[in-house]
Amino acid sequence: MLKLLKYALYDILKSRFALIYTVFLALVAISIYQVSDDLSKVSLSLMNIMIMIVPLISAVFATTHFYNNLEFIELMLAQPVKRSQVFLSQLFAVIIMLSLSILIGFGLPMMLWGADSSLITLLAVGIILSAVFTGFAFLASVMTRDKAKAIGISLGLWIYFSLVYDGFVLYFIYSFADYPLEKATLALVMLNPVDLGRILMLMQLDISALMGYTGAFFQKFFSSSMGLLIAGGTLMVWMLFPNFFALRVFRKRDF
Amino acid sequence: MITVNSIFKKFGKLEVLKDFTLNFERGNSYAIMGPNGSGKTTLIKSILGMVLPDKGEILVKGLSIKGSNDYRKYLGYMPQIGRYPQNMKIGQLFSMMKDMRPEIKTYDLDLVEAYELDKIKDKSLGTLSGGTVQKVSAALAFLFNPEILILDEPTAGLDPIAVEILKSKIKNEREAGKLILVTSHILSDLEELTNHAIYIFEGEVFFNDSIESLKEITSEEKFSPAIAKLMQWSLKKKSTTKAMTYA
Repeated sequence: MLKLLKYALYDILKSRFALIYTVFLALVAISIYQVSDDLSKVSLSLMNIMIMIVPLISAVFATTHFYNNLEFIELMLAQPVKRSQVFLSQLFAVIIMLSLSILIGFGLPMMLWGADSSLITLLAVGIILSAVFTGFAFLASVMTRDKAKAIGISLGLWIYFSLVYDGFVLYFIYSFADYPLEKATLALVMLNPVDLGRILMLMQLDISALMGYTGAFFQKFFSSSMGLLIAGGTLMVWMLFPNFFALRVFRKRDF
Repeated sequence: MITVNSIFKKFGKLEVLKDFTLNFERGNSYAIMGPNGSGKTTLIKSILGMVLPDKGEILVKGLSIKGSNDYRKYLGYMPQIGRYPQNMKIGQLFSMMKDMRPEIKTYDLDLVEAYELDKIKDKSLGTLSGGTVQKVSAALAFLFNPEILILDEPTAGLDPIAVEILKSKIKNEREAGKLILVTSHILSDLEELTNHAIYIFEGEVFFNDSIESLKEITSEEKFSPAIAKLMQWSLKKKSTTKAMTYA
């Protein structure tokens, strides 16, 4: 397993993409730090960019990586190694590369110009979202035989979780505005890893006061240890479940 | 040494292998023939565990391969089209493959030397010509001195000198008592390399016997006309079964 991971990582870290992605993230972070001195403004801007970019890049990159490495995967499948290890080594290599890019790209400017707890949460959420969308992308890849189709499904999931879902939630809130909706909204947030990550970060900032009664309820929920445990557990489920299903499909797939 | 026991495989609606049963014995060299799409590659990939049959079992050295990966250390596989990581160099590929089988310490470097792969070990696999990739595939298949060699179209794309080197290597291994499976469309190669003919037609074994008896049955003295006759028979059989289903 470690051997396979070593070769997979070696290949992926040498690719030009890892470098470009890291430099891009660093440029985004540096430019935002240049614009504002207020750390909470910096983390809000960074969050808005990250919450869109990181899932998108993770989904597209993981899908193309899987298909580009199909040769390597096939080569390994004819060797005396376990199928699950071949899959997990590829998966971990992608997640490690994406996480390293975030850690370096966002982390270095933070070390230079300072960071607070919200920026640390930002890094954690970025890594979690990378893992979640890598899982979706691998699931789409193992279930199709066509790269274009797999990228389409990955992009569709990204659009759904980043754009469409929020539309649904807003529509829902406006339709039932006369009823108490805190718990229902909380449940809806749990059903979307992107929203959950966003709320977790927003709660670190002091702007939740602007979000009215629901904001106060969320603040109370996410600052309690029980609430954090539930939120963390839900994100864990979001990370594990697509990856687990992808692994199951991979073990039964024909090459 | 390898037993394929009534395996079935469907890709979508297409039945590629139907109740497929075969036995491969040590010391023999088998020619696996059949028209395009008859199921040759699916059979080979099933033995390698890359394609999982819907039903039936495959035994290698008496043990079922289902859920097992250890048996693959007995196999040397040369794919029809070798596909390797594009960024990797030839030398790295070889050291990685050696790393995958750490228990094997002695390597069979005959083909590496004959094809002078050492001289180009710093070339990336993405930049190689089709023939050089085939040379790499061949050298990898023989590298660990495996007991079973599975060669899918081994001579396709190689230049005449490289073909002769590979053929003499295969013959040596055959004399050393290894089990060799070869698929090819080049009948002269098969006649030279194998002693047992298997003809697959539409996912079923149409013929399975030694090459001598193939010549006897078809009453031909040469290998290629014998195979041609076999192909005609298989097509005739297809048209008669069709006629019966229409009736």
